[in-house]
Amino acid sequence: MPADINASILAILPVIVLAAWASILLLIDLFFLRKRPGVTSALTALGLLVSLGLVLVRYPQTSSAFGGMITVDRFANFQNLLLLSSGLVGVALAHDYLKRLHLLRGEYYVLLMFSLTGMMLMGMASDLIIVFLGLELLSIPLYVLAGIAIPRPNSAEAALKYFLLGAFSSGFVVYGIALVYGAAASTGFREIIAAVNNGLANPLWLLLGAALILIGLGFKVALVPFHMWVPDAYHGAPTAVTAFMAVGAKAAGFAALLRLFVLVFPSLAQDLMPVFWTLAALTMTLGNVVAIAQSNIKRLLAYSSIAHAGYIIMALVPFGQVGIASEVVGSVLFYLVAYAFTSFAAWAVVIALEQNDETGLNLEDYAGLGRKYPALAAAMAVAMLSFTGIPPTLGFFGKFYLFRTVIQGGFIGLALIGVLTSLVSAYYYLRVVVIMYMRPGEPVVRQNVWLQITALGSAAVVVLLSVFAQPALTWVAQAILQLL
Amino acid sequence: MVYLLHPLTLVTFLPLLGALVILFLRAEQKNLARWIAMLTSLITFVISIAILVQFNPQNPGLQLAVNLPWIQVAEWNIHFHLAVDGLSILLVLLTTFLTPIAILSTWTAVEERVKDFMVFFLLLEVGMTGVFLAQDLFLFYVFWEFTLVPMYFLIGIWGGPQRMYAAVKFFLYTMAGSILMLLAILWLGIQQQSFSVPELIAKGGIPADLQIWLFLAFAAAFAIKVPMWPLHSWLPDAHVEAPTAGSVILAGVLLKMGTYGFLRFNLPLFPSAALQLAPYMAGLAVVGILYGAAVSYAQKDVKKLVAYSSVSHLGFVMLGLFALNPLGIQGGILQMVNHGLSTGALFLLVGMIYERRHTRDMNAFGGLWKVMPVYGALTLIVAMSSMGLPGLNGFVGEFTILLGAWGAGSTGGPLGSYWFAGLSALGVILAAVYILFMFQKMFLGPVDKEENRNLKDLNWREIATLLPIIVLIFWIGLYPKPFFNLMAPAVDQLVAILQAASVAGLP
Repeated sequence: MPADINASILAILPVIVLAAWASILLLIDLFFLRKRPGVTSALTALGLLVSLGLVLVRYPQTSSAFGGMITVDRFANFQNLLLLSSGLVGVALAHDYLKRLHLLRGEYYVLLMFSLTGMMLMGMASDLIIVFLGLELLSIPLYVLAGIAIPRPNSAEAALKYFLLGAFSSGFVVYGIALVYGAAASTGFREIIAAVNNGLANPLWLLLGAALILIGLGFKVALVPFHMWVPDAYHGAPTAVTAFMAVGAKAAGFAALLRLFVLVFPSLAQDLMPVFWTLAALTMTLGNVVAIAQSNIKRLLAYSSIAHAGYIIMALVPFGQVGIASEVVGSVLFYLVAYAFTSFAAWAVVIALEQNDETGLNLEDYAGLGRKYPALAAAMAVAMLSFTGIPPTLGFFGKFYLFRTVIQGGFIGLALIGVLTSLVSAYYYLRVVVIMYMRPGEPVVRQNVWLQITALGSAAVVVLLSVFAQPALTWVAQAILQLL
Repeated sequence: MVYLLHPLTLVTFLPLLGALVILFLRAEQKNLARWIAMLTSLITFVISIAILVQFNPQNPGLQLAVNLPWIQVAEWNIHFHLAVDGLSILLVLLTTFLTPIAILSTWTAVEERVKDFMVFFLLLEVGMTGVFLAQDLFLFYVFWEFTLVPMYFLIGIWGGPQRMYAAVKFFLYTMAGSILMLLAILWLGIQQQSFSVPELIAKGGIPADLQIWLFLAFAAAFAIKVPMWPLHSWLPDAHVEAPTAGSVILAGVLLKMGTYGFLRFNLPLFPSAALQLAPYMAGLAVVGILYGAAVSYAQKDVKKLVAYSSVSHLGFVMLGLFALNPLGIQGGILQMVNHGLSTGALFLLVGMIYERRHTRDMNAFGGLWKVMPVYGALTLIVAMSSMGLPGLNGFVGEFTILLGAWGAGSTGGPLGSYWFAGLSALGVILAAVYILFMFQKMFLGPVDKEENRNLKDLNWREIATLLPIIVLIFWIGLYPKPFFNLMAPAVDQLVAILQAASVAGLP
């Protein structure tokens, strides 16, 4: 069926372009561009933009590819836009940073693109095999990226920890897939759903399988108690990698969770809802409470990213309630957007203050930033307020949407835990602002135009997109999951 | 586009425009920043006067409304809805009136980072005006939470030695209350499919037991802001550390956001809960009146004294509101304005002496009247207004509140006991004690401290900041009728809602 193959290839063209571009770039970089690294980053950005363009051109269209293993719906496309934007930010943040740290390796860009293809596949997966394929394609380049700053010991430690726990979690996912296959005799989403609806699936195996997949993906998105790798990996990895990882891997993991649990396993809600509830409560609480004790900005943001995973998983607690499925999906997607732009701004500022010898990362190093570099400090302040959830920022609208979904689902107690932990988070986010604006100091900043653009641009988006939230929310509301 | 030129949009967002302009100045252009801020806030005040002219006092409902769909996704149904009525018009005027005065007071007091100061100050005005005008719960919450940010920076950057602690405490305390309100707002929005306040009031129909919970969630936010005893502990810190202009706005306007919240949301949205809880709220208010007065008396720092006196004065406002009758509520609203004027002026006066002597310890002064007669005379007027001397504004407000509380004290009335009015009358006497004590210690007697001998009396700019307030102090004290006229129909309508609920609640 050549026509079918053509349609399939067209459907995943953005991913193919990215993978092919990465392969070619590897060669180009090897032979021609060793001396001129700026070209590699420019070419990477070009590749990402082409892929972004392809997604946009086909945005409203939905299609199914490769015999139903891949679904390209509005949800996947929205997710892809978000992922590709975080890839672009990953390039912008790395450009000067890698040069400064003498980490000029074209591999950074290639690995970033490969990892992106994995992330994109996870959002489009309609088959457990594709979920696993995407997960590995996402993870393996990230392990390497975390360790790319070798011979820094921190970086090596980050890579090793990330790899060991990542491999461990992949094991959970594979075992879960096997059990689901055992229960439903298929790995395709449609077939699993059909088996469940017809009562053919063994409920115990299905439940166990789904739970194991949840654990495996829980590692990826950093839910408590599967979060132990996060602080060290985020801290040790080169900061540009951390920024990309914090947004991209999380978004991809949640995309897979959404598609699996909202679409395929809603029948398990009875048994798994308490599990989700507990995970959410634990993650929000532990992430926020432990963040208070951090004095290193990278570790602080690492724990904050754990906490934000908790807020997002909170919206997944009512995943089995068909009536509000679109709210669940919409609120998670919108929060991912808010989290992404807020993170971009924050990490860009972190990179601007980081020195070549891994200093400049303590909170004290931010003293006096408000006076010396008002623009950067303002971007960071906006990011901190958005993480806290103070209007008018995207973070507030994101939390509003999440809490709304949770209350609609009838979990007022969980929403209460959510707002109370937000209050805790205000304490440590405000501390950053206090140090920047209210303590005297002489911060050392590495000026770079791309860092400035990323920091200020993201901060502007965080504010403006919240005041004019209607279009973004409309897009998100239309980004429904489909089963084609 | 026509909505951009609507008076309510203008009065809310004009300061934002000024802030944006100032943002593009260079840090050295201090005077330009001051002038732009001053001009913007004055034009804003003129616009608010224009609103007052267009306002029809006979109409009890919302007027001059701007109502645009803002977020219309998935039953969110959020509107950009601004409107003014008798409950809010005076507070809007108070905001636009006090802002230029506060800015004028910073002319020489703030020399560092003037540009940033003015930006935050104007942003604060946007938030405050928005709070008083918003008629959509979501929009209200956005403005409400937003006011935290500029105030936090004003305290934290330009404040006293303990400023960082005070700023963070202020932020966290206030946020703790607001997030509970946010949950209640969300719940209302989902259950009633609307965030519009007038729609929610008209719809009603929330069961009485649920009303209690919602009432308490909203009250958590407002009671901290007021602040009601025992949630007041952020207030002395914030006030003492804040720069003078910040204290003026904090006392003058921000605290009123709390009492206004009770008035605008708790009473009409949850009337049966308000009736049930009125004695408890009034009880806390009375404790606040007495406690605030007693603690004020014990202070050595004159700014702390004024700060604690706010706890006492706002207790009166709360008592008036929860008398739930026209007299009490009208007195409460007027007392909000009075407190804004007299306490605002007191903070200005404290700031003026602090600029000269760099201390606020009352023991460091004595016999100031001989050295600074103008300062002494103006302080005397403001102090008398604050303690409720007949002929000045404070008396009118407190007397009306006491009448209201007395009226509500009959058996079967909302408060059900005359003790509330009786005990709070004691607060009026206590106020006289601590105010006169302060005045005697600082202004009377011999000039026994060397440093005080050569203090300069007030200059023209300083007199100009105080004069408009003093005019209003006399005006309200001698002829309060126009002020009551503005709010009477709206208050009557509110009381009618409460009465309907009380009739419905009878067994």
